[in-house]
Amino acid sequence: MPSLRHKMPEQSAEKRRSNFSEVALGYTADTAQAEASRCLQCKTSPCRQGCPVEVNIPAFIKHIKDGQMDAAIQEIKHKNNLPAVCGRVCPQENQCEKHCVLAKRGQSVAIGRLERFAADHGQTHDNGAHPALKESLGKVAVIGAGPAGLTAAGDLAGLGYQVTVYEALHAPGGVLIYGIPEFRLPKDIVRKEIDSLKQKGVTIEVNAIAGKTFTIDELISEQGFDAVFIGTGAGLPHFMDIPGENLNGVYSANEFLTRVNLMKAYQFPATATPVHVGKNVAVVGAGNVAMDAARTSLRLGAENVYIVYRRSEDEIPARSEELEHAKEEGIQFHLLTAPVKINGNDKNWVTSLECIRMQLGEPDQSGRRRPLPLEGSNFELPVDTVIMAIGQGPNPLVQQTTPGLAVNKHGNITADEAGFTSKEGVFAGGDIVTGAATVILAMGAGKKAAAAIHDYVQGKKARNHG
Amino acid sequence: MYPILEKRELSPSVKLFVVQAPAIAKKCQPGQFIILRMDEAGERIPLTIADFNRQKGTITLIFQEVGCSTRHLGRLGAGDSILDVAGPLGQATHIEKFGTVVCIGGGIGVAPVYPIARAYHEAGNKVISIIGARNAELLIMEDEMRQVSESLHITTDDGSKGRKGLVIDPLKELIAAGEDIRLVMAIGPVIMMKSVAEVTRPHSIKTLVSLNPIMVDGTGMCGGCRVSVANKNKFACVDGPEFDGHEVDFVGLMARQRMYHEAERIEREAGSCSCHH
Ligand SMILES: Cc1cc2nc3c(=O)[nH]c(=O)nc-3n(C[C@H](O)[C@H](O)[C@H](O)COP(=O)(O)OP(=O)(O)OC[C@H]3O[C@@H](n4cnc5c(N)ncnc54)[C@H](O)[C@@H]3O)c2cc1C
Ligand SMILES: Cc1cc2nc3c(=O)[nH]c(=O)nc-3n(C[C@H](O)[C@H](O)[C@H](O)COP(=O)(O)OP(=O)(O)OC[C@H]3O[C@@H](n4cnc5c(N)ncnc54)[C@H](O)[C@@H]3O)c2cc1C
Ligand code: SF4
Ligand code: SF4
Ligand code: FES
Repeated sequence: MPSLRHKMPEQSAEKRRSNFSEVALGYTADTAQAEASRCLQCKTSPCRQGCPVEVNIPAFIKHIKDGQMDAAIQEIKHKNNLPAVCGRVCPQENQCEKHCVLAKRGQSVAIGRLERFAADHGQTHDNGAHPALKESLGKVAVIGAGPAGLTAAGDLAGLGYQVTVYEALHAPGGVLIYGIPEFRLPKDIVRKEIDSLKQKGVTIEVNAIAGKTFTIDELISEQGFDAVFIGTGAGLPHFMDIPGENLNGVYSANEFLTRVNLMKAYQFPATATPVHVGKNVAVVGAGNVAMDAARTSLRLGAENVYIVYRRSEDEIPARSEELEHAKEEGIQFHLLTAPVKINGNDKNWVTSLECIRMQLGEPDQSGRRRPLPLEGSNFELPVDTVIMAIGQGPNPLVQQTTPGLAVNKHGNITADEAGFTSKEGVFAGGDIVTGAATVILAMGAGKKAAAAIHDYVQGKKARNHG
Repeated sequence: MYPILEKRELSPSVKLFVVQAPAIAKKCQPGQFIILRMDEAGERIPLTIADFNRQKGTITLIFQEVGCSTRHLGRLGAGDSILDVAGPLGQATHIEKFGTVVCIGGGIGVAPVYPIARAYHEAGNKVISIIGARNAELLIMEDEMRQVSESLHITTDDGSKGRKGLVIDPLKELIAAGEDIRLVMAIGPVIMMKSVAEVTRPHSIKTLVSLNPIMVDGTGMCGGCRVSVANKNKFACVDGPEFDGHEVDFVGLMARQRMYHEAERIEREAGSCSCHH
């Protein structure tokens, strides 16, 4: 009988429903060491295959077991620049933990929780020692301060490049700052990770919009950058094109979450940006974005929050922990249900969401069973707010203003595994290439691109001097 | 930080700032806007670039104090700084020689129409301008508009300046007099732009309007600025802010602009913003 995973202490569902403090509280050192002892230190370490940045999982876990917390975080940081973030938001059950040999009995080592523990330990016990800047190997510009861009910037700075990150919004972090809520990823954690990048010598310029304030070509020809990395993400919200979508009270999840997280609307009127919530809220979709919007609505005082999802529970794409937390907090699920129309009153405000029930048919291209409407099963959900969380497309500003940069039919930048695009000196990675994915995949892409940029710039310099 | 170099009061509720923002001044074109955030607790406020000086690296912003955020902004003066200014945003106005162009500005809308009228003028168009306001005190930029216009018509609601009436009155007369108008550019309150579009529609005169829906990021990320144009949703911050006035759903736009009226009332009553005092 294998030992059971150690639970992580959490705020009770009752309490956390009305605050924005972090839900999961993190392991104590004792629990972390006990959990670390469960790891079998497998020679082949299958868990590593599940990690897109190949953290040396058994090695850092052994350090925790031995009480060597500094060594543990050092080990993780060889591969992962944002461990406090990944420990919290990686879909571990589909990545590292899925491949753990103990997973077969549903009791894999809690790798994410241990990573989080080590990272938080590192943040509170930072010894302040940072490598002195080497002589600059070249100049690299990074567009977008999300996980992809920040990872590329950190690695390049570590290699000895002079790196400037250009971010369109007034704060760096990408989705980590404007999308994922405080109760899941405290903004202080993100800020500390960004500060540690700045200490490595990375310059971050906010309010700098590539394609508007400057173009990629200007960075190369006028500003003398040797290479540019584009990590502008998938930030363009999709709507459903159903009647009533422009009524007051209908939001994209991006707008709703940006108002609350980036603009701190939850402190309105002490902060100037308002957000509308109302009593009853319907969130359309069931990914991480939808769970975040639903749980945020609850915390802002909504009495009934519904998730409206056209497939069944088995297909829900959110991290399993988020789904569990949402259920515990009392989010109500309308599965196999699709919106067809939003009704409003004479003042143009939402009054209800009209839905139709669905059944699952044959598998579609994604391998998931295709939902089909059940004729005549329409019903109305009375709501004041509808939040659309049905996916995002690529941010278009860079593609529109960069001649010679190839894109696919969805508008994503075409790049190979290493990050090379069709344009000389220009690299790309993260959601802007793959479409909306995960933090760790974006970071993995940033890492690979940093290595490719290093080779490219040094190769070019050698040719020019040779 | 973006220092305010100069401040002028164009009317009791309309202020002009000249702001140091070299990167934006270098790039901006008529028709574009910026988004600013005054301080850490501030809203992101979109304002049109009313003028710019590439050599000095400055942009000019003209704004009306309508709510808490703009009133708060109006308390800043020369020597103060704005925390964030991002831009230039939106599509630039398409400028070419069309022939006769009528530029219409209503209220604060005169500010954004000015750089566009100037650009049309410099491109060799015959620019006829109509500017209007509720009363003489609220009328702005008369001299600037006169300089770039072949002729300038002024209307006020109460007749305290120019002729009593609406900006569409001189427009109707120009059309009736057989003026060969190739393009109308109208910027002002939504209701004004709507009525301009209704005047020109039967005559099939191409009419552009610049829309000001509520915005957050200004980069196409939130969708809050969506407006229905020819029955398709457009994001005003990246697809606009200018659209064909004959295709815009003005009624929907007006309804969406009222979305936060209740919240704005709460904000005023909470007295949390400095405009209250
Ligand atoms: C609400 C929400 C919850 C999520 N939850 C999870 C989760 O739990 N686990 C997980 O793994 N993933 C999650 N994701 C997905 C994950 O956040 C993304 O896959 C990841 O952030 C992608 O990183 P990125 O660096 O490619 O892009 P982004 O994080 O989108 O960052 C791109 C940055 O580029 C900037 N930018 C865009 N255009 C320009 C321009 N023209 N000039 C300058 N800057 C520009 C943007 O402002 C942004 O800051 C979630 C996403 C959302 C929206
Ligand atoms: C592209 C664009 C260009 C603009 N240019 C100018 C300009 O040159 N001069 C000028 O005086 N005004 C301009 N505006 C309008 C200006 O942004 C709003 O008046 C201002 O944001 C109101 O803020 P407030 O808090 O003072 O008023 P509030 O009390 O918040 O609102 C007053 C009214 O302003 C509108 N409003 C509120 N927030 C926003 C927002 N974030 N975006 C747009 N409208 C909003 C609403 O309709 C509201 O009813 C422009 C708007 C846009 C979208
Ligand atoms: S980065 Fe993510 S996938 Fe990799 S070990 Fe950490 S939690 Fe697992
Ligand atoms: S597979 Fe599981 S048990 Fe084996 S080394 Fe990795 S974490 Fe430890
Ligand atoms: S303001 Fe957010 S998409 Fe236009």
